[in-house]
Amino acid sequence: MKNIFTEFGRSLVATLFFAVILCGLYPLVVYGAAQLLFPHQANGSLLVDQSGAVRGSALLAQSFTGAKYFHPRPSAAGANGYDATSSSGSNLGPTSSNLVANLIQNIATYRSDNGLATNTPVPADAVTASGSGLDPHISVANAALQIPRVARARGISEDRVLELVEQNTTGRDLGIFGEPRVNVMTLNFALDQLPQK
Amino acid sequence: MNAHQWLELAVYIAALVLVTRPLGLYLNHVLNPAGRTWLDPVLRPLEKLTYRVLGVDATKEHDWKQYAFAMLIFSLVSCLFTYAILRLQNFLPLNPQHFGALSSHLAFNTAVSFTTNTNWQSYGGENTMSYLSQMVALAIHNFFSAAVGIAIAAALVRGIARHTAQTIGNFWVDLTRIMYYLLLPICLVLALFFVSQGMIQNFKPYTTAKLIEPQTVSVQKTDASGKPVVDAKGGPVMENQTLDTQTIVQGPMASQIAIKMLGTNGGGYTNANAAHPFENPTPLSNFLQMLALLCIGSALTYHLGRETKNQKHGWAVWSAMFAMFLAGVLVCWWAEAKGNPIHQQLGVAVADGNMEGKEVRFGILDSALFATVTTDASCGAVNSMHDSFTPLGGLVPLFNIQTGEVIFGGVGAGLYGMLIFVVLTVFIAGLMVGRTPEYLGKKIEAYDVKMVLLAFVILAFIILGFTAWASVSNWGTSSLANQGPHGLSEMLYAYTSGAGNNGSAFAGLNANTPWYDTTLGVDMLLGRFGMIVPLLALAGSLARKKIVPAGAGTFPVTGLTFVVLLVGTVILVGALTFLPALTLGPIVEHFLMLKGNLF
Repeated sequence: MKNIFTEFGRSLVATLFFAVILCGLYPLVVYGAAQLLFPHQANGSLLVDQSGAVRGSALLAQSFTGAKYFHPRPSAAGANGYDATSSSGSNLGPTSSNLVANLIQNIATYRSDNGLATNTPVPADAVTASGSGLDPHISVANAALQIPRVARARGISEDRVLELVEQNTTGRDLGIFGEPRVNVMTLNFALDQLPQK
Repeated sequence: MNAHQWLELAVYIAALVLVTRPLGLYLNHVLNPAGRTWLDPVLRPLEKLTYRVLGVDATKEHDWKQYAFAMLIFSLVSCLFTYAILRLQNFLPLNPQHFGALSSHLAFNTAVSFTTNTNWQSYGGENTMSYLSQMVALAIHNFFSAAVGIAIAAALVRGIARHTAQTIGNFWVDLTRIMYYLLLPICLVLALFFVSQGMIQNFKPYTTAKLIEPQTVSVQKTDASGKPVVDAKGGPVMENQTLDTQTIVQGPMASQIAIKMLGTNGGGYTNANAAHPFENPTPLSNFLQMLALLCIGSALTYHLGRETKNQKHGWAVWSAMFAMFLAGVLVCWWAEAKGNPIHQQLGVAVADGNMEGKEVRFGILDSALFATVTTDASCGAVNSMHDSFTPLGGLVPLFNIQTGEVIFGGVGAGLYGMLIFVVLTVFIAGLMVGRTPEYLGKKIEAYDVKMVLLAFVILAFIILGFTAWASVSNWGTSSLANQGPHGLSEMLYAYTSGAGNNGSAFAGLNANTPWYDTTLGVDMLLGRFGMIVPLLALAGSLARKKIVPAGAGTFPVTGLTFVVLLVGTVILVGALTFLPALTLGPIVEHFLMLKGNLF
């Protein structure tokens, strides 16, 4: 019996002692170093406008529906989508009729928004919900199809928009990892920073 | 499946191979109480202080019963510690969003889930857990459960390597050394790298951002007291509302994600786990997360070879794991790249593959590779939603867990799981030639085989038993997000993931109900400790045995024949047990998808 009590006591002391080191010191050291070396990233890669207001994060998609903006991927995060406190995918399976209904609607909207013929295949990322519901990126093909609409709505040349798209495009990391992508958040933010005519 | 993606897969494999030997050698020093490492000047004093505080005599070893006893009591106490924090969350500090306490069933499920290295999550982290709960209640088990897993593997390896010995190591020494010398230093480096890629690490309250383009959304109308308004037929009344802000999650994420991946825990800071752009910002962070996840499991095979003075055996075990890893990745990647014919008929570009539930920065390969490695190991972090995979793409993670997660596997758990199969393999080989089976000079006798089979039977029994129970119960089927065979897959995946201590999910299933929380909690406990205890008994039994010199009839545990037989045993035991259930779930769904059936 004595053995059991000793072991319980030791387990309790161990839990508390390790908690101080692994759950106190360790995160604090990372916190200190992160704030010193990478303060922008450690605080959420926030996008701040000229007036000093936080307009979002470069890493988290917001909803964009107007013709002036590039549209991000559909989102299943929260009731209305793009809820950054409720990240989620749709979790609809491959034989789900709900997913098919969503796709039919998304494809029709995407084609009519961007003036595409009814038989044009659409980029998969443009009509499927992302895993997080906050994916800030779209594929290069998806961005290219939206350029004419955005240029027309803003009354600027397609070349100017293309230039901005290219500035907000990232290739594969180190030329090897992942996929090329266009960041909708930084792109739309940059579009709004263009001098008004 | 283009050239870029093949190159990336090759780079991943090369990195895994390259890290195995150096990390394995380092492990030998960590797992030997007298071992020397270059971190000794810093960590040795801390280690000695720890033994003094805990009252541990570091020179005294345990027999298997004492080892198991210390491990069980420690797991129980630390589990209760987490339960208490979660239940009292609203009274505790570091809770800037003022989240309430967790319900008793959710706190039970979560505490068990993190204690058992499962990290199944019936909640969304960013809207449930305070910074204190994340950083202390949950992250503590990311360290503990990982260290316990590695300690058990180390004890079993000692049992195999020693002869006529009574003891298999000191639990407290193993635990302390693994956390200080192995996990902590690597985590520090990883966490900082993750921050450089865009992961957050702060203690600020959530940030409110002014939307770049305000949106009009349709929401259900509420009356003055906050109750939803309904019309004459009882349907919801909708109104338009302008949405002009976004709430951005903050908190101490990077320190937790580093150990989440390195310790093959997998419990996400956010609901979307490693798909969330904060939690896995770039393909480069994704690559390191995948490498962190498998590196210790891979290195432990090298440790096995070293300790048993049979490096070829270590590499043979590694090769068997690698063969199954590669097969899994290729099938999953192929299925996801091929996409869903139903969706493609609607107009989705065929070349893009199945992007539902995936992130653009990762694309098809990184998603399929992550899904495979996270279920090869008992990690369970996800960077894409497995529920939305094609039937065959989703079958791979499910099957990986059902093999017992022995494909490199969870830290420690992978090696000890695989060693069970090794013992079973030499037993089967012995039966074939009609000779008493031997493993590295030890006779495998009735007691050892009984312990091995006990570990298997428990796993199969709880997975299939609970799934069968849920599928014929109202509480089971009312939580499903998908109908038809996919619904069965959701339930099967949940109990498989719990018993295998994986923690990934077909996440459409609403598991935060009293029934699911409780049955999954029991499922996880039995899956973890129902396997570890027989295994420590096996370690004790092996340690006591005498070495018999290898003879002409000894089945070699190196070389191609052994690897093939080992893979065959893993697949056959997995397949024979679970094939009927898999046929009714993903396999039948695959054929229905090709026919265009919807549910």
